[in-house]
Parts: sequence; structure tokens; C-alpha cells
Amino acid sequence: MIAQRFALGLMTLFAASLLIFGGTEILPGDLASAILQNNATPESLAAMRKELGLDRPAATRYAEWLSGAAHGDFGHSLANKREVANEIAPRLKNTIFLALYAAVIAVPLAVGLGLLAAINQGGVFDRVVNVVTLMTISVPEYFLAYLLIKYLSVQFGFFPSLANVTPNTPILDRMTLTFLPMVTLVLVITAHMMRMTRASVLSVMASPYIEMALLKGLPKWRIVVRHAFPNALAPIISVVALNLAYLIVGVVIVEAVFVYPGLGQLMVDAVSKHDVPVVQACGLIFAAAFILLNMGADILAIMTNPRLRHAR
Amino acid sequence: MTVEALTPDAIAPRRRRSIRLFGHKPNLTAWIGLIIIALNIAVAVLAPLIAPYPQADIVGDAWADPDRLHWLGLDNLGRDILSRLIYGARLSIGLSSLITGLAFVIGIVCGFTAATLGGWVDAVLSRIVDLLLSMPVLIFAFMILSVLGTDIPVLIGTIALLNATLVFRLARAVAMTIASLEYVEAAKVRGEGTWWVISREILPNAIPPLAAEFGLRFCFTFLLIAALSFLGLGIQPPLADWGSMVKDYRDMINLDSAAPLYPAAAIAILTIGVNFVVDWMLSIHSRGHGEPA
Repeated sequence: MIAQRFALGLMTLFAASLLIFGGTEILPGDLASAILQNNATPESLAAMRKELGLDRPAATRYAEWLSGAAHGDFGHSLANKREVANEIAPRLKNTIFLALYAAVIAVPLAVGLGLLAAINQGGVFDRVVNVVTLMTISVPEYFLAYLLIKYLSVQFGFFPSLANVTPNTPILDRMTLTFLPMVTLVLVITAHMMRMTRASVLSVMASPYIEMALLKGLPKWRIVVRHAFPNALAPIISVVALNLAYLIVGVVIVEAVFVYPGLGQLMVDAVSKHDVPVVQACGLIFAAAFILLNMGADILAIMTNPRLRHAR
Repeated sequence: MTVEALTPDAIAPRRRRSIRLFGHKPNLTAWIGLIIIALNIAVAVLAPLIAPYPQADIVGDAWADPDRLHWLGLDNLGRDILSRLIYGARLSIGLSSLITGLAFVIGIVCGFTAATLGGWVDAVLSRIVDLLLSMPVLIFAFMILSVLGTDIPVLIGTIALLNATLVFRLARAVAMTIASLEYVEAAKVRGEGTWWVISREILPNAIPPLAAEFGLRFCFTFLLIAALSFLGLGIQPPLADWGSMVKDYRDMINLDSAAPLYPAAAIAILTIGVNFVVDWMLSIHSRGHGEPA
């Protein structure tokens, strides 16, 4: 089962790479006309196509691109001719740092709050948390981010509003600089994860063995923690992974708000400059992270739930 | 006796004149949501009547503080922020509604086709949807926009397509299950015509989940356009929606001005309103199947 899921994940990744490459190839208005914009004459277009190797068949170029990408070679940027891989590496590190920083805090917080709400089902805490999380989910990330900047940074000056880290920033400074972006991300994904944790614990709570435990006279928290939680673990794990995958997208916007030199910013700049090789490389990395997280979630769910190990 | 008459709704006395939606009374949060949505639509439709100034007019100094004539102050070019917000509602809400509608047409047509034809058509359509959904939506939108540029028709097409994939999944599932439900069978056995079955049995029961889905898709579209505009990849000047207004005013936050918060709050309030209504519609939907809410 696990091997099967792994193979499926790899296939999806391959298909996604095809989509990324094909999408930027097949769509009307190819690379050459994108670069030349309004200066395109038939002659200059033909010359540019030749320079970029666009006159060769797409399949060959796809094979080259994919094998290059597998070795970490994404070609050259159109905007500044530098190697895409060198552009990406420090940015990717920054993005991973921010995502991990947020995840380390958000995951335990969300699961804990979800359990508390489930224990307290229908109580004041539960209802307040329900409305607050619904609002946090609905609100765009940049609204939360600017609220935080306005109150925590500008008015009281607790934290810096710009996360302008350099590769040499020491870890502690880095954590202070990225504190507000981290809090923004934590707020958004915690709300999602917490609601799902609560829902999956509650759906397990409806089963007969929970009633049995209740009739035995066990305290409510013990039932939730010892009886319901282990069985709700599989859905919770997949929710956590889904939200980490969501982090990848949220990160793009949060990076823009805090001017954080991450991969998302790089991609946004590349999109507005029509710098296709950079867009392709960033897209492939984001898609790979997304697909791998989803795959990891399914595999973990299979491992925690023996019932899923046998084919239906 | 028709099957319909057995639902609790039909038994309850209908004499009490209370406002109902889909046969249920909205709760408090749903009411708040409905009012927010109605206000937003009214503002968008009546923009030229409500707005104190034309949206492009320069009426004072750049970044003037709020005063009695300009409630939210002036922006980077000295335009009235409140008026621009009111006109921005037209673009933000109008465009999102258009895209969501388009996505529903594409998604429902393809979903129903896949469900009824089955076979390779279903397989091909479903795999295409799986493929499109294997990537984060924002990233996929980036890919397309990087090649095609950020014209409004491109935005509409891209986002409608991405949205249609999710509608497709729902429509396909709905079409697969609804036809096999007992009350539909009962109606068929009674000898009702196909049109009667669809309009009186299937549609009333499919509307709450579809309406909820419409609300969710609308929020998704609305937030995606705003996010793209905020990143500078959506609506381009001189047009302005709420997302691009946040972008234009962003630097002011460091000078302790709330300017970027107004358009961001407008986005937030509308999505919260829609989500409140959707949440309520989903809860009556699950109650309809006999589960306590």
C-alpha cells in the first residue's frame, strides 16, 4: 500500500512537471514574444527563438529541462542571465526557515486547542473559538499581517515590520525579524487545523465504544485523550499535512507583505517580468513540496491506521 | 400523499410570517452575513450615487488625514479613499461574481456530462481535474499569468478554469448520488415525468449544497483576485480593486496610517459575511439528514 502510494506520488509529480513545462510552452504568446513584448518583429522573433533554442521540438527541450532540474540545474534567468539555481538556493532556505518556524508553533497549538474545544463541546470556549477561527479563516493573510504591523510594530514597536534578513543574519535576530510573518502564518493555519482536529475528534466521539467508556464513568478528558484521540489521529495527520501544504501558498503573500527575501517573492517578481525559466523552477519546487506533503500525509495515515493497510 | 409532505417543514404551520431562506429561519450569524452581503451589493450597484467624489478626481493633498469631508482621508495621489473603496466594490464583487458564475457553468456541464456518460469521458475529465488540482492554485495561476500577461480576460479565464475543477467534482458527485435517492425513486414509481422529478424533487434538495458551494467558490475567487492584485499580478492601474488598493497604500502603514487596512478590511468583512451564510447553509443541510446540528 505504502509503495503504491509512493509510486502514485511520483507519477503526480511527473505529471505536474509536464503541466508546468507544457503550460508555459503551449499557451499562445511564447517565450520569445514575451521577452520582446512590443518590439517584436517577425525577424527579431525568429532570431530570439533560435537563441533560446525554441526552434527545436518541445519534447526534446522538456527532456533536457527535466533532467537538468533533477540535477538542480534550472537553466538561466532571462532577466539577468544568472543561473536560476543560484538565485533560488538562498531564497528557498529563507522560505523553508519561515515555514518551519510557523509549523513548529502552529501544529501543537492547533491540536491542543482542537482537543480542548472537543472536550468542551457546546461550551462557551468551544463557541467562542468556533466564531473566532471562522473569522480568521475568512480574512485574507495581508489583512492580519497589516493589523499586526500597525499594532505590534508601528504603535508599540515590539517587533520589526520588515523581515529583511541576509544570509549572514544570526539565528536569534532572524527569529525576531521573522516573528510577525510567523505569527501571521500561525494564525491562519492554526484556525484551519484546530477546526479539523475538533471535527475529527467529535466524529470519533459519536462511536459506541466512546459511549461504553462514558458509561464506565471515565472522566471526559480521559475519554478524549486516551480513547478518541488515537483513533482520530489519521484524519488529524492529513489535516496537518494539508495545512503545511497551504503554508506554501500563504508564504507567498506573507513574504510580499514583510518584504521577506523568500522563494515566493522571487516567483512574483519573475511572473511580472515574464522570466519563464525562474517561474518554471519556482513552480516546480512549490508543486513538489505540495505533492510530497500530500503523499507523506497519506503514508502516515496508512501507518497509524492498520485498517487502511489492506486493499479494499 | 406526496413524499414531500412528510418533511418536517411541510408539517410545521406556515401561517407564522417569518422570513425564511431555503425553508429555514437564518440564525444570528447568518443574519449578520446576509446583511453584509446585501450592503456590499447595494454599494457596488449604487456606487455613483453614494460615492462623495468621482473615483479618479484629485480633491486635495496626498495622504491628507481624514476630516469631515473625507472620512477615510486621501490617498497617494490625493484621491478620496472612501470613494475609491466604493467604486472598487464594483470591480471586486462584479468580477468575482462573473468568474464564479462562469466556473459553475463549466463545472456543472462537465460534471453532469462525466456522471451521465461515464466511461472514458468521465475518466479523462476526472484525470485532468486531478492533474490541475495537484498543484497549489496560486502557483498554477502564476504559471499562466507569466506567459499570457495579466489582462482582465486572461484573469477571468484562468480563475474560472481553476474554480471549475472544484465545481466539477461536486457536480459529478451530486449527479451520481441524487438520482439514486429514495424520494426520487418514489416519484418515478408514482409515474411522475422526468421534468417534474428534476424540478420538484431533485432541485429543491440540491439547492442548499449548491448555494453553499457557490458562496465558497465566490470567496475563493474574490480572495484569489485580491491576492493577485495585491501582488501586482491582477488588476492593473488605472483600474483599481480592493486588492490593488492594499498594495498602493501598503507603505503608509509604517507611518502609522490605517490606509491599507480599509480596503483589506472591506475584503475581510465581505468574506466573513459570505462564510457566515455558508456555514449556516451547511448546518441546515446536515440537519436535513437527521443529524443534530
